[in-house]
Amino acid sequence: MRFRRFLAILRARNKEFWRDRAALAWNLLFPIMIIGGFAVAFSGDGPDLYKVGIAATQAEQKLHFEETRYIQFIPVTDTSAAITKVERHQLDMLVEPSSQRFWINDTSPAGYLLERLLKGSDEGFQREVVTGAGVRYVDWLISGILAMNLMFSALFGVGFVIVRYRKNGMLKRIKATPVTAFEFIAAQVMSRLWLLLSVSVLVFVGTDLFLDFRMYGSYLDLLIVFILGAVCLISLGLLMAARLASEELAGGLLNAISWPMMFLSGVWFSLEGVNPWLQKLAQVLPLTHVIDGARAIMIDGAGLMDILPNLTVLVVMTAVFLAIGAYTFKWE
Amino acid sequence: MPPFLQVDNLARHYQGVKAVDGISFTIEKGRCFGLLGPNGAGKTTTVEMLEGINEPTCGSILYQGKLLGARFKDEAGIMFQTTALQDYITVRETLEMFQQMYPRTTPLSDLIESCSLAEFLDRDTRKLSGGQRQRLLLAIALVNDPQVVFLDEPTTGLDPQARRNFWELVQSIKKRGKTIVLTTHYMEEAYVLCDDIIIMDHGKIIAQGKPEELLANHFGDVVVQLPKMDFPANCTQLETLENGDVVEILSNDVNDTIHQLIELNVPLVGLRIRPRTLEDLFLALTGRELRV
Repeated sequence: MRFRRFLAILRARNKEFWRDRAALAWNLLFPIMIIGGFAVAFSGDGPDLYKVGIAATQAEQKLHFEETRYIQFIPVTDTSAAITKVERHQLDMLVEPSSQRFWINDTSPAGYLLERLLKGSDEGFQREVVTGAGVRYVDWLISGILAMNLMFSALFGVGFVIVRYRKNGMLKRIKATPVTAFEFIAAQVMSRLWLLLSVSVLVFVGTDLFLDFRMYGSYLDLLIVFILGAVCLISLGLLMAARLASEELAGGLLNAISWPMMFLSGVWFSLEGVNPWLQKLAQVLPLTHVIDGARAIMIDGAGLMDILPNLTVLVVMTAVFLAIGAYTFKWE
Repeated sequence: MPPFLQVDNLARHYQGVKAVDGISFTIEKGRCFGLLGPNGAGKTTTVEMLEGINEPTCGSILYQGKLLGARFKDEAGIMFQTTALQDYITVRETLEMFQQMYPRTTPLSDLIESCSLAEFLDRDTRKLSGGQRQRLLLAIALVNDPQVVFLDEPTTGLDPQARRNFWELVQSIKKRGKTIVLTTHYMEEAYVLCDDIIIMDHGKIIAQGKPEELLANHFGDVVVQLPKMDFPANCTQLETLENGDVVEILSNDVNDTIHQLIELNVPLVGLRIRPRTLEDLFLALTGRELRV
């Protein structure tokens, strides 16, 4: 690898991007608009569906309370983790039938209502109170939106652009020079990575100024998650673009993988309580691991060791995508 | 000393179609070598194999006695038929980018002068005219101070004046001792620029040599042209060909032909005499017009 050749392509690609004002503005404004919009739309207590955790129980102990409509009952196995969720207002109530206890958060009006409902249906439960500030929907959403923006920008900014270069003969022109495929691809990845991180930092700082996000973890850890996530998603973009020469087909394929990720990776809503089959599917999507990792750092103050499984999955996926992408890559 | 470029029994097949079908030729150093033929004759496929862009199905290409390799990439300059340029960067930045890709480069000032780029050097590449764009693509092909320059249909789509300007640039490159490999379907272009040519059709070489020699070997005659309206409708004394509004008489002796025309009382005001061209040669070899 000759660094000079790599830099030549990197510089030209960066210039192309920064001078394309319309694309640049869109990359910055799109995530800010979404976060701003949701911050206004959900400035109350979030979606008005009550969530009640039911600690593992045997079938014959089913409560009358669980027949109440308009409440989402979520089976939980780890009681102490569920109590933390009550503290953060992620669960409105936790009920443990085996010990006849329930937990509510005294700063949440939902807890008061649910307590009355529970007492009206089942007798003999003991009240436990926790406190803690709620995690606003927007606190929860920010990592999802940043990661989603990362995904679209990585997939379309690398995948689509390489297909376009292949179709219009730009790749063939580069192939005729001493530049190697690796140098070319490395320059594309670095250019996009640098751009993605700059945009993400700007969006984060910009929206934090007026929304003041909950950020309990380390900024460096968050940056590491986003770097690993960006490289993984860019590699996926490269894999999709490895040999396609039709922009229409590339667009269709990129949409076919980005839309399921947008809905199943927990950008907008938590997958807790949905079909276990969907939850398993979400685990094979790289975006899920970026969002889970970032959210754990921001909301729970997790360290890198706590999210090691997510980071490992991202690194393994990156290696697989790059290996297949490099093996199948075609200049023409 | 081995030939500069030597091609032996070169072939390229695409899904059963023989785009190039076992051709052999050599290119000498410092000459302008032309590949001629109609669209689809196999010129571009051949030249892309010479450039190392396309792999041959069989046959060999030797550059100064060796297989094409990394050294050839450093020493070859290529101008493709169609090339997209990176958007949003200027002519100067484009040249600088390509300069950084090669170990040995032509100074920017030389490129600007030899390809007449000064007037639009700081213009975005998206805003160039057809002729300016071709000049930039030629400059990119020269950026590594190449030993051999490949020009694939460089003047297709240019207006006549831009085409002539481009020919002057190619002639000045030739004067500097560069070897040039040119494909074209303009026979006039080949005649003006090329020292040696091959004419291709359906993937095969149908004629090979220096343009003047090819014409001299195939034709001993010239063409006498007259407007069709001046020529008697049912004349049997002279053998004629009709070409649009013009009647053409193939003549081995122009004096004799003119005498015959005077005897037939044909007005000679619109008479013109032209030499045989490479287009006539293509027609004679294939029985078809060149531009199909």
